[in-house]
Amino acid sequence: MDFGPYLMLAIMEGALTAAVLALTASGLALVFGVMRVVNVAHGEFFMLGAVLAWWVTQLAGGSPVLGFLLALCVVPVLVGMLAAFVDMTILKRINYDPERTIVATIGTLYILQQVTLMTYGPEARPVAPPFNARIALPWIDMSDGTLRLYWPWGLSITSYKLFVIGAACVVLLGLWSLMTKTKLGLLMRATEQDREMALAFGIPVQRIYAIAFGLGAGMAALAAVLIVPIQQAHYLMGGDPLLLSFIVVIIGGLGSLPGAILAALLIGLSDGIISIFFSPTLAKIFATLFVAFVLVFRPKGLWGTGKP
Amino acid sequence: MMTTTKTVAEKAASKPTRRDALRTLGLGGAAAASMPLWARYAGAQTAEPIKVGFQVHRTGIGAAYGRWYDRTTSAAAALINEQGGINGRPLEIIAEDDGTDPKRGAEVVEKFAAKHNCDIGFGTLFSHVVIGSSPRAGELKLPYFVVSEGHHVASGMLNRYTLQPGITDVKSQVQAMAPFVADNLGKKVTMVFPDFAFGHDHRDYFTAAIEAQGGEMLEHIAIPPTETSFTKYFPKIPRETEVIYHVMVGPAVLTFVKELGEFFGPQRPEMFGFLDSLEAVDIGSPGLEFLDGTYFWEGNPRYAQENQSEYDAFFRERVGVDANGASVSDPRDVSTYAHMFGCWETLHVVKAGMEASGYRGTQDRAALIEAVEAMTDLPHSIAHPQGAKVFNGKTHQVFGKQYISKVVDGKMLLVHTTSIEDTFYPDEVDYTTQSL
Repeated sequence: MDFGPYLMLAIMEGALTAAVLALTASGLALVFGVMRVVNVAHGEFFMLGAVLAWWVTQLAGGSPVLGFLLALCVVPVLVGMLAAFVDMTILKRINYDPERTIVATIGTLYILQQVTLMTYGPEARPVAPPFNARIALPWIDMSDGTLRLYWPWGLSITSYKLFVIGAACVVLLGLWSLMTKTKLGLLMRATEQDREMALAFGIPVQRIYAIAFGLGAGMAALAAVLIVPIQQAHYLMGGDPLLLSFIVVIIGGLGSLPGAILAALLIGLSDGIISIFFSPTLAKIFATLFVAFVLVFRPKGLWGTGKP
Repeated sequence: MMTTTKTVAEKAASKPTRRDALRTLGLGGAAAASMPLWARYAGAQTAEPIKVGFQVHRTGIGAAYGRWYDRTTSAAAALINEQGGINGRPLEIIAEDDGTDPKRGAEVVEKFAAKHNCDIGFGTLFSHVVIGSSPRAGELKLPYFVVSEGHHVASGMLNRYTLQPGITDVKSQVQAMAPFVADNLGKKVTMVFPDFAFGHDHRDYFTAAIEAQGGEMLEHIAIPPTETSFTKYFPKIPRETEVIYHVMVGPAVLTFVKELGEFFGPQRPEMFGFLDSLEAVDIGSPGLEFLDGTYFWEGNPRYAQENQSEYDAFFRERVGVDANGASVSDPRDVSTYAHMFGCWETLHVVKAGMEASGYRGTQDRAALIEAVEAMTDLPHSIAHPQGAKVFNGKTHQVFGKQYISKVVDGKMLLVHTTSIEDTFYPDEVDYTTQSL
């Protein structure tokens, strides 16, 4: 492949990774920001999103468009409610003690994963995309001093992949306006800044915690619903998103939403470009190495506020 | 002091209580109820079952294979038991999940030997699990019958206790494929394969085989078996490629093939794949339309062909597979037809070996190995529904026919069958020189 089209393909694949990663990681960042809880079970909420999406599309039967739309609306809510339930029944009982929440969410991780294995089974099951057309992309070539448009071999994207990138942008904009423009966002930001003071002002912190935890998990589930027509729903699929989300959240600054989104772009694009030009393994090595450097030289993250 | 305590404890334990008496009565009743079943094996010196430790990939990346290996093994065991078992004793399958994980695999082998007191270990597919488990089986002197396709048995990497009598190995398969690829599809080949032992067998032996046919290997593209997104690997495929040779395993095989099609669009080169890329996946899945006109190696044709043998029909019926290679109870549950016959055939080889050696119990394990090593021709029969085979006792590897199918209108049509001789290569090891 020529360099130009090759780079363009790398950027588009990277943008897809970045879009899904930004959704997943912003959920993790939100939970950490508001609650100071390191949610190790975040990847399993992602996996649940994919598995439930398969289940909902099966129930809907027939039309993939209808099934997908239904999954898109119902699944994040279901997963969010489950997460809120986990918050109220487990995390609240251990007083959000940092060490114990880590252990408790590790436990939740295994419970969710194994229950999925016992019910849904070990198979990878596909969800049909609502639409999926291959779009060949043109490239400009200079020959004999004149510009010429041509369709290079292999340079393409599918309409569904473009939709995922677009949908992720819309959802992130929605999350941003929720945090900055609504009363709920205000309450969450107040809780994030100072829990004691928020309590003193009569903010129902406990309820805000449950909502934030549910919202964070719902974001992961939404990302999974979007990606599952490209990949397949499988009970072990939560591992990679968890690792990458942690990488992104640490680079972006713990608890910082804009930081998480920018870091997701950075990691997603570099993953796409490095894996295409060198090797996918090198891309993972690079990302982890980058985290190590950030932790050593800028522990609060690239865009972190430096709060504890 | 200790002796006294022990005696008291023993006395307490041996004193019959009402509950114990009831339990004994219950067991007696259960035994009496199953008498007619036992009577079938009355001719044997012992009615103890022969225990086969079945190492199955119930979970992990091999789960789809595991499900069908399980069904095939159960069907074969049921058939053998209907025919009177082995040496008049029933066959009992003791299945343990290894999570498709080499470390867990070795533990499972240990459990078979120590806890369940199994006569043999059996049924492992994924090559990294075989390579992780086999040394432990050798140390425990547990005959270990794998159904893996990997070249690691015949390469001499493993030990005398590991045998592969029911499925052919990658080296012989790809060697038999190379002439067809070079003559019919093209000579400039790019390979895409999973980055672990099984994929490396493909890489090494197919490259050598295609070069021997005057072909040229343009590029090797290795993909980790746990990968979930594939487009990023494909730009490395050189433009002048005439044939893509693909083989992939793991939960994301459908994504792999779909993205391969999306990458090429209408400008697809010729494609030759190992059906591993689509085992347990419906060829008619959306996004796979581009496969029409491409070729696949099949260990055993998934779709019942026009000239289907009676043995294949019988095998299909007993395992519960329809003419399209899917479960009779759920047409969406597609089988791993190209591989699973190996479990059936291996169990029949075990039966033949135990009968030839007059196998009585674990003390005769060495005799069982020698009896299987002495086998040569395995004729096309109910015991070997995939086709006739030749077993090489020195390398512990079986050789057999290979099938090449073309995708036509969303179904696979058999277009070429190799001879057994096409798959032979010089021995690389003589396990019979190792001690038992």
